[in-house]
Amino acid sequence: MVVNCDQVWREISNYLEGDIDPNLRAAMETHFEECKRCRAVMEGTRNVVELYGDERMIDVPLGFEHRLERRLEESMYPTRRSFMGWMVTAAAALLVTGSYELARSSVLRGKLRSEHAQSAAGIPPDMMVIVSDEGKLFHASGCPFIHDKAHLRTVVAREAIKEGYTPCVRCMKKYLKADLDEWVHKRPTRA
Amino acid sequence: MPEAQTSPNYQIDDPSEELLIRRVRDGEPEAFYELIRPYQRRVYAAAFAITRNEADAEDIAQETMLKAFRNIRQFRAESRFSTWLIQIAVNEARMRNRQTRANMMEPIVEHQDAEGNYIPRDFADWREIPSETLERKEIREKLAEALTSLGDIYRDVFVLRDMQHLSIEETAKALGISTASVKTRLLRARLMLRDLLAPGLGGAWSTRLQFAKGTKPW
Repeated sequence: MVVNCDQVWREISNYLEGDIDPNLRAAMETHFEECKRCRAVMEGTRNVVELYGDERMIDVPLGFEHRLERRLEESMYPTRRSFMGWMVTAAAALLVTGSYELARSSVLRGKLRSEHAQSAAGIPPDMMVIVSDEGKLFHASGCPFIHDKAHLRTVVAREAIKEGYTPCVRCMKKYLKADLDEWVHKRPTRA
Repeated sequence: MPEAQTSPNYQIDDPSEELLIRRVRDGEPEAFYELIRPYQRRVYAAAFAITRNEADAEDIAQETMLKAFRNIRQFRAESRFSTWLIQIAVNEARMRNRQTRANMMEPIVEHQDAEGNYIPRDFADWREIPSETLERKEIREKLAEALTSLGDIYRDVFVLRDMQHLSIEETAKALGISTASVKTRLLRARLMLRDLLAPGLGGAWSTRLQFAKGTKPW
Protein backbone atom coordinates (compact mmCIF):
# COMPACT_ATOMS: atom_id res chain seq x y z
CA MET A 1 0.00 0.00 0.00
CA VAL A 2 1.25 3.45 -0.91
CA VAL A 3 -0.21 6.70 0.43
CA ASN A 4 0.24 10.28 -0.73
CA CYS A 5 0.51 13.46 1.37
CA ASP A 6 -3.22 14.23 1.21
CA GLN A 7 -4.09 10.80 2.57
CA VAL A 8 -1.50 11.16 5.30
CA TRP A 9 -2.93 14.49 6.44
CA ARG A 10 -6.43 13.06 6.52
CA GLU A 11 -5.35 10.16 8.68
CA ILE A 12 -2.73 11.79 10.84
CA SER A 13 -5.06 12.27 13.79
CA ASN A 14 -6.25 8.68 13.67
CA TYR A 15 -2.64 7.60 13.39
CA LEU A 16 -1.85 9.39 16.62
CA GLU A 17 -4.95 7.91 18.23
CA GLY A 18 -3.83 4.42 17.25
CA ASP A 19 -7.19 4.11 15.55
CA ILE A 20 -6.00 2.96 12.16
CA ASP A 21 -5.72 -0.11 9.98
CA PRO A 22 -2.31 -1.80 10.40
CA ASN A 23 -1.64 -1.75 6.66
CA LEU A 24 -2.37 1.96 6.47
CA ARG A 25 -0.16 2.54 9.47
CA ALA A 26 2.73 0.75 7.83
CA ALA A 27 2.20 2.73 4.63
CA MET A 28 2.16 6.00 6.53
CA GLU A 29 5.34 5.15 8.40
CA THR A 30 7.03 4.41 5.12
CA HIS A 31 5.79 7.74 3.83
CA PHE A 32 7.16 9.58 6.85
CA GLU A 33 10.60 8.18 6.17
CA GLU A 34 10.51 9.61 2.70
CA CYS A 35 8.53 12.84 3.12
CA LYS A 36 10.10 15.44 5.35
CA ARG A 37 7.04 17.71 5.26
CA CYS A 38 4.62 15.03 6.34
CA ARG A 39 7.01 13.95 9.06
CA ALA A 40 7.14 17.53 10.28
CA VAL A 41 3.34 17.70 10.32
CA MET A 42 3.07 14.41 12.23
CA GLU A 43 5.68 15.33 14.80
CA GLY A 44 4.27 18.81 15.28
CA THR A 45 0.76 17.45 15.71
CA ARG A 46 2.02 14.93 18.22
CA ASN A 47 3.73 17.75 20.11
CA VAL A 48 0.46 19.72 20.18
CA VAL A 49 -1.33 16.76 21.71
CA GLU A 50 1.42 16.28 24.28
CA LEU A 51 1.64 19.94 25.25
CA TYR A 52 -2.06 20.58 25.65
CA GLY A 53 -2.50 17.27 27.44
CA ASP A 54 -0.04 18.28 30.13
CA GLU A 55 -1.74 19.33 33.35
CA ARG A 56 0.75 22.19 33.73
CA MET A 57 -0.88 23.81 30.75
CA ILE A 58 -3.44 25.65 32.87
CA ASP A 59 -2.70 27.15 36.26
CA VAL A 60 -5.37 27.10 38.90
CA PRO A 61 -5.60 30.47 40.67
CA LEU A 62 -4.31 30.73 44.21
CA GLY A 63 -7.05 29.95 46.73
CA PHE A 64 -9.26 28.31 44.14
CA GLU A 65 -9.87 25.15 46.16
CA HIS A 66 -10.65 27.11 49.32
CA ARG A 67 -13.16 29.36 47.59
CA LEU A 68 -14.78 26.38 45.94
CA GLU A 69 -15.23 24.56 49.22
CA ARG A 70 -16.60 27.67 50.88
CA ARG A 71 -19.20 28.11 48.16
CA LEU A 72 -20.16 24.47 48.37
CA GLU A 73 -20.54 24.79 52.10
CA GLU A 74 -22.87 27.75 51.68
CA SER A 75 -25.01 25.66 49.40
CA MET A 76 -24.89 22.44 51.40
CA TYR A 77 -25.70 23.97 54.77
CA PRO A 78 -27.99 26.91 54.12
CA THR A 79 -29.94 26.33 57.33
CA ARG A 80 -26.81 25.99 59.40
CA ARG A 81 -25.44 29.14 57.91
CA SER A 82 -28.67 31.06 58.34
CA PHE A 83 -28.97 29.82 61.91
CA MET A 84 -25.39 30.76 62.57
CA GLY A 85 -26.01 34.08 60.89
CA TRP A 86 -29.06 34.62 63.07
CA MET A 87 -27.07 33.71 66.15
CA VAL A 88 -24.32 36.09 65.23
CA THR A 89 -26.81 38.86 64.56
CA ALA A 90 -28.61 38.21 67.83
CA ALA A 91 -25.34 38.10 69.74
CA ALA A 92 -24.25 41.35 68.14
CA ALA A 93 -27.57 42.97 68.99
CA LEU A 94 -27.31 41.79 72.56
CA LEU A 95 -23.78 43.03 72.77
CA VAL A 96 -24.73 46.44 71.45
CA THR A 97 -27.80 46.69 73.67
CA GLY A 98 -25.92 45.39 76.66
CA SER A 99 -23.06 47.79 76.09
CA TYR A 100 -25.47 50.65 75.74
CA GLU A 101 -27.35 49.70 78.87
CA LEU A 102 -24.16 49.17 80.78
CA ALA A 103 -22.82 52.50 79.66
CA ARG A 104 -26.08 54.21 80.37
CA SER A 105 -26.46 52.66 83.78
CA SER A 106 -22.91 53.30 84.80
CA VAL A 107 -22.98 56.88 83.63
CA LEU A 108 -26.43 57.91 84.73
CA ARG A 109 -27.21 55.88 87.79
CA GLY A 110 -24.73 53.07 88.14
CA LYS A 111 -25.41 49.39 88.24
CA LEU A 112 -27.12 48.66 91.49
CA ARG A 113 -24.99 46.59 93.84
CA SER A 114 -28.01 45.48 95.79
CA GLU A 115 -31.02 43.77 94.30
CA HIS A 116 -33.12 44.90 97.20
CA ALA A 117 -32.23 48.54 97.19
CA GLN A 118 -34.96 50.99 97.87
CA SER A 119 -35.26 54.09 95.80
CA ALA A 120 -34.54 57.36 97.43
CA ALA A 121 -35.09 60.99 96.71
CA GLY A 122 -33.73 64.33 97.80
CA ILE A 123 -30.27 63.19 98.68
CA PRO A 124 -27.93 66.18 98.28
CA PRO A 125 -25.59 65.18 95.47
CA ASP A 126 -22.57 66.75 97.11
CA MET A 127 -23.18 65.20 100.49
CA MET A 128 -20.15 63.28 101.66
CA VAL A 129 -20.96 59.61 102.23
CA ILE A 130 -19.00 56.51 103.17
CA VAL A 131 -18.71 53.43 100.96
CA SER A 132 -16.72 50.24 101.23
CA ASP A 133 -15.23 48.45 98.25
CA GLU A 134 -17.10 45.23 98.85
CA GLY A 135 -20.26 46.82 100.17
CA LYS A 136 -23.55 47.71 98.51
CA LEU A 137 -24.63 50.72 100.49
CA PHE A 138 -23.47 54.22 101.17
CA HIS A 139 -23.72 55.61 104.63
CA ALA A 140 -23.67 58.84 106.47
CA SER A 141 -20.57 59.39 108.50
CA GLY A 142 -20.74 57.57 111.84
CA CYS A 143 -23.42 55.06 110.74
CA PRO A 144 -23.07 51.93 112.92
CA PHE A 145 -23.89 49.69 109.99
CA ILE A 146 -20.73 50.44 108.11
CA HIS A 147 -18.90 47.17 107.47
CA ASP A 148 -15.44 46.36 106.21
CA LYS A 149 -13.97 49.38 107.87
CA ALA A 150 -10.54 48.59 106.48
CA HIS A 151 -11.60 49.49 102.92
CA LEU A 152 -13.69 52.56 103.28
CA ARG A 153 -13.74 55.49 100.97
CA THR A 154 -15.38 58.86 101.31
CA VAL A 155 -17.12 60.05 98.17
CA VAL A 156 -19.86 62.46 97.28
CA ALA A 157 -23.36 60.94 97.10
CA ARG A 158 -23.53 61.59 93.34
CA GLU A 159 -20.45 59.41 92.73
CA ALA A 160 -21.69 56.73 95.11
CA ILE A 161 -24.97 56.47 93.21
CA LYS A 162 -23.08 56.40 89.91
CA GLU A 163 -21.03 53.48 91.19
CA GLY A 164 -24.17 51.56 92.10
CA TYR A 165 -24.28 52.11 95.82
CA THR A 166 -27.68 52.51 97.37
CA PRO A 167 -28.60 54.42 100.55
CA CYS A 168 -28.38 52.68 103.84
CA VAL A 169 -31.91 52.03 105.05
CA ARG A 170 -30.93 53.17 108.50
CA CYS A 171 -28.71 56.19 108.33
CA MET A 172 -30.27 57.39 105.08
CA LYS A 173 -33.79 56.49 106.11
CA LYS A 174 -35.11 59.97 105.70
CA TYR A 175 -34.26 59.97 102.01
CA LEU A 176 -35.87 56.67 101.18
CA LYS A 177 -38.78 57.15 98.88
CA ALA A 178 -41.31 55.24 100.97
CA ASP A 179 -40.54 57.42 103.88
CA LEU A 180 -40.56 60.46 101.72
CA ASP A 181 -44.00 59.62 100.38
CA GLU A 182 -45.24 59.09 103.84
CA TRP A 183 -43.59 62.31 104.84
CA VAL A 184 -45.15 64.15 101.93
CA HIS A 185 -48.56 62.82 102.77
CA LYS A 186 -48.20 63.79 106.33
CA ARG A 187 -46.87 67.22 105.61
CA PRO A 188 -48.31 68.28 102.25
CA THR A 189 -47.57 71.93 102.87
CA ARG A 190 -43.88 71.15 102.73
CA ALA A 191 -44.22 70.27 99.01
CA MET B 1 4.12 3.70 18.29
CA PRO B 2 1.49 6.42 18.49
CA GLU B 3 2.28 8.91 21.18
CA ALA B 4 -1.23 10.06 22.00
CA GLN B 5 -2.74 6.67 22.51
CA THR B 6 -1.92 6.67 26.16
CA SER B 7 -1.32 9.81 28.10
CA PRO B 8 0.73 10.02 31.29
CA ASN B 9 -1.94 12.33 32.72
CA TYR B 10 -4.80 9.99 32.06
CA GLN B 11 -6.73 9.32 35.23
CA ILE B 12 -8.77 6.25 35.85
CA ASP B 13 -11.59 7.07 38.20
CA ASP B 14 -11.21 5.56 41.61
CA PRO B 15 -13.52 2.59 42.24
CA SER B 16 -14.31 4.02 45.67
CA GLU B 17 -16.14 6.82 43.89
CA GLU B 18 -19.25 4.72 43.78
CA LEU B 19 -19.22 4.49 47.54
CA LEU B 20 -18.69 8.23 47.89
CA ILE B 21 -21.55 8.94 45.51
CA ARG B 22 -23.77 6.64 47.54
CA ARG B 23 -22.79 8.40 50.75
CA VAL B 24 -23.69 11.79 49.27
CA ARG B 25 -27.00 10.45 48.04
CA ASP B 26 -27.69 8.97 51.46
CA GLY B 27 -27.43 12.35 53.09
CA GLU B 28 -23.76 12.74 53.86
CA PRO B 29 -22.81 15.91 51.98
CA GLU B 30 -19.30 15.96 53.45
CA ALA B 31 -18.41 13.02 51.21
CA PHE B 32 -18.92 15.29 48.20
CA TYR B 33 -15.69 17.17 48.94
CA GLU B 34 -13.72 13.97 48.73
CA LEU B 35 -15.60 12.93 45.63
CA ILE B 36 -14.77 16.03 43.61
CA ARG B 37 -11.28 16.75 44.95
CA PRO B 38 -9.44 14.84 42.20
CA TYR B 39 -11.33 16.73 39.50
CA GLN B 40 -11.36 20.32 40.74
CA ARG B 41 -8.39 21.34 38.62
CA ARG B 42 -9.66 19.55 35.55
CA VAL B 43 -13.03 21.21 35.76
CA TYR B 44 -11.37 24.60 36.09
CA ALA B 45 -9.01 23.80 33.21
CA ALA B 46 -11.90 22.84 30.95
CA ALA B 47 -13.75 26.03 31.79
CA PHE B 48 -10.66 28.17 31.31
CA ALA B 49 -9.77 26.54 27.99
CA ILE B 50 -13.17 27.49 26.66
CA THR B 51 -13.67 30.92 28.23
CA ARG B 52 -10.02 31.97 28.63
CA ASN B 53 -11.04 34.10 31.55
CA GLU B 54 -9.90 33.24 35.05
CA ALA B 55 -12.86 34.75 36.88
CA ASP B 56 -15.37 33.12 34.55
CA ALA B 57 -13.57 29.79 34.74
CA GLU B 58 -13.57 29.83 38.53
CA ASP B 59 -17.22 30.76 38.66
CA ILE B 60 -18.07 28.06 36.16
CA ALA B 61 -16.08 25.50 38.14
CA GLN B 62 -18.04 26.42 41.26
CA GLU B 63 -21.35 26.31 39.41
CA THR B 64 -20.41 22.95 37.96
CA MET B 65 -19.74 21.45 41.36
CA LEU B 66 -22.93 22.93 42.80
CA LYS B 67 -24.97 21.50 39.95
CA ALA B 68 -23.29 18.14 40.37
CA PHE B 69 -24.12 18.18 44.07
CA ARG B 70 -27.74 19.15 43.54
CA ASN B 71 -28.23 16.63 40.76
CA ILE B 72 -26.13 13.78 42.09
CA ARG B 73 -29.18 11.52 42.01
CA GLN B 74 -29.41 12.03 38.27
CA PHE B 75 -25.89 10.78 37.68
CA ARG B 76 -25.95 7.49 35.87
CA ALA B 77 -23.10 5.10 36.38
CA GLU B 78 -22.82 4.30 32.69
CA SER B 79 -20.51 7.29 32.34
CA ARG B 80 -17.56 8.17 34.51
CA PHE B 81 -18.22 10.72 37.21
CA SER B 82 -15.35 12.85 35.91
CA THR B 83 -16.87 12.83 32.42
CA TRP B 84 -20.17 13.92 33.84
CA LEU B 85 -18.48 16.80 35.66
CA ILE B 86 -16.56 17.88 32.58
CA GLN B 87 -19.72 17.73 30.54
CA ILE B 88 -21.49 20.06 32.95
CA ALA B 89 -18.50 22.41 32.94
CA VAL B 90 -18.32 22.52 29.16
CA ASN B 91 -22.02 23.26 28.87
CA GLU B 92 -21.71 26.02 31.45
CA ALA B 93 -18.70 27.48 29.70
CA ARG B 94 -20.31 27.42 26.28
CA MET B 95 -23.38 29.09 27.69
CA ARG B 96 -21.19 31.73 29.33
CA ASN B 97 -19.43 32.37 26.06
CA ARG B 98 -22.70 32.79 24.25
CA GLN B 99 -23.91 35.23 26.84
CA THR B 100 -20.84 37.38 27.26
CA ARG B 101 -18.46 36.89 24.42
CA ALA B 102 -20.63 36.13 21.45
CA ASN B 103 -19.14 38.88 19.36
CA MET B 104 -15.63 38.83 20.69
CA MET B 105 -14.50 35.54 19.21
CA GLU B 106 -12.54 35.89 16.03
CA PRO B 107 -14.14 33.66 13.41
CA ILE B 108 -11.94 30.84 12.26
CA VAL B 109 -10.74 30.99 8.67
CA GLU B 110 -10.08 27.47 7.64
CA HIS B 111 -7.69 26.53 4.97
CA GLN B 112 -9.28 23.66 3.17
CA ASP B 113 -9.44 22.10 -0.23
CA ALA B 114 -12.49 21.52 -2.40
CA GLU B 115 -13.38 18.35 -0.52
CA GLY B 116 -13.23 20.05 2.83
CA ASN B 117 -9.93 18.57 3.94
CA TYR B 118 -7.67 20.73 6.00
CA ILE B 119 -4.34 21.39 4.34
CA PRO B 120 -1.35 22.19 6.54
CA ARG B 121 0.26 25.50 5.68
CA ASP B 122 3.39 25.37 7.68
CA PHE B 123 5.96 22.62 7.54
CA ALA B 124 8.41 23.88 10.09
CA ASP B 125 10.35 21.09 11.68
CA TRP B 126 9.23 20.73 15.27
CA ARG B 127 10.58 17.51 16.61
CA GLU B 128 11.33 18.13 20.22
CA ILE B 129 9.52 19.69 23.14
CA PRO B 130 12.06 21.20 25.53
CA SER B 131 11.30 20.10 29.05
CA GLU B 132 10.93 23.66 30.32
CA THR B 133 8.38 24.57 27.67
CA LEU B 134 5.35 24.63 29.91
CA GLU B 135 7.27 26.19 32.78
CA ARG B 136 7.28 29.42 30.85
CA LYS B 137 4.18 31.46 31.34
CA GLU B 138 4.48 33.22 27.99
CA ILE B 139 4.46 29.86 26.26
CA ARG B 140 1.35 28.79 28.12
CA GLU B 141 -0.27 32.05 27.13
CA LYS B 142 0.62 31.46 23.50
CA LEU B 143 -0.91 28.03 23.67
CA ALA B 144 -4.07 29.42 25.24
CA GLU B 145 -4.19 32.17 22.64
CA ALA B 146 -3.88 29.67 19.83
CA LEU B 147 -6.65 27.56 21.32
CA THR B 148 -8.94 30.57 21.57
CA SER B 149 -8.46 31.33 17.90
CA LEU B 150 -10.06 28.03 16.94
CA GLY B 151 -13.74 27.93 16.20
CA ASP B 152 -15.94 26.73 19.03
CA ILE B 153 -16.75 23.38 17.49
CA TYR B 154 -13.08 22.49 17.04
CA ARG B 155 -11.95 23.87 20.34
CA ASP B 156 -14.60 22.03 22.36
CA VAL B 157 -13.68 18.68 20.86
CA PHE B 158 -9.98 19.34 21.36
CA VAL B 159 -10.48 20.41 24.98
CA LEU B 160 -12.44 17.30 25.85
CA ARG B 161 -10.30 14.79 24.01
CA ASP B 162 -6.77 16.14 24.25
CA MET B 163 -6.89 18.24 27.40
CA GLN B 164 -9.45 16.36 29.46
CA HIS B 165 -8.55 12.98 28.04
CA LEU B 166 -12.08 11.86 27.42
CA SER B 167 -12.39 9.05 24.91
CA ILE B 168 -13.73 9.72 21.42
CA GLU B 169 -17.03 8.17 22.47
CA GLU B 170 -17.23 10.18 25.68
CA THR B 171 -16.45 13.37 23.78
CA ALA B 172 -19.16 12.59 21.26
CA LYS B 173 -21.65 11.93 24.02
CA ALA B 174 -20.71 15.04 25.96
CA LEU B 175 -21.14 17.26 22.92
CA GLY B 176 -24.09 15.43 21.44
CA ILE B 177 -22.36 14.71 18.14
CA SER B 178 -21.28 11.57 16.29
CA THR B 179 -17.91 9.95 16.80
CA ALA B 180 -17.19 10.62 13.12
CA SER B 181 -17.70 14.33 13.73
CA VAL B 182 -15.44 14.17 16.75
CA LYS B 183 -12.67 12.62 14.67
CA THR B 184 -13.05 15.13 11.86
CA ARG B 185 -13.04 18.11 14.19
CA LEU B 186 -10.21 16.73 16.23
CA LEU B 187 -8.06 16.33 13.14
CA ARG B 188 -8.67 19.90 12.11
CA ALA B 189 -8.14 21.28 15.59
CA ARG B 190 -4.82 19.50 15.93
CA LEU B 191 -3.60 20.53 12.50
CA MET B 192 -4.65 24.13 12.97
CA LEU B 193 -2.92 24.31 16.32
CA ARG B 194 0.20 22.81 14.84
CA ASP B 195 0.18 25.39 12.08
CA LEU B 196 -0.16 28.12 14.67
CA LEU B 197 2.48 26.84 17.01
CA ALA B 198 5.12 25.06 14.98
CA PRO B 199 6.85 28.18 13.65
CA GLY B 200 7.36 29.55 17.15
CA LEU B 201 7.74 26.44 19.23
CA GLY B 202 9.78 24.69 16.60
CA GLY B 203 12.75 26.92 17.20
CA ALA B 204 12.07 30.60 17.60
CA TRP B 205 11.91 30.42 21.38
CA SER B 206 13.24 33.88 22.00
CA THR B 207 11.12 35.61 19.38
CA ARG B 208 7.43 36.30 19.27
CA LEU B 209 5.28 33.74 17.57
CA GLN B 210 4.06 34.70 14.14
CA PHE B 211 0.40 34.54 15.04
CA ALA B 212 0.99 36.78 17.99
CA LYS B 213 1.58 39.59 15.52
CA GLY B 214 -1.84 39.01 14.04
CA THR B 215 -0.59 37.02 11.09
CA LYS B 216 -2.26 33.69 10.90
CA PRO B 217 -0.32 31.12 8.92
CA TRP B 218 -3.29 29.77 7.03
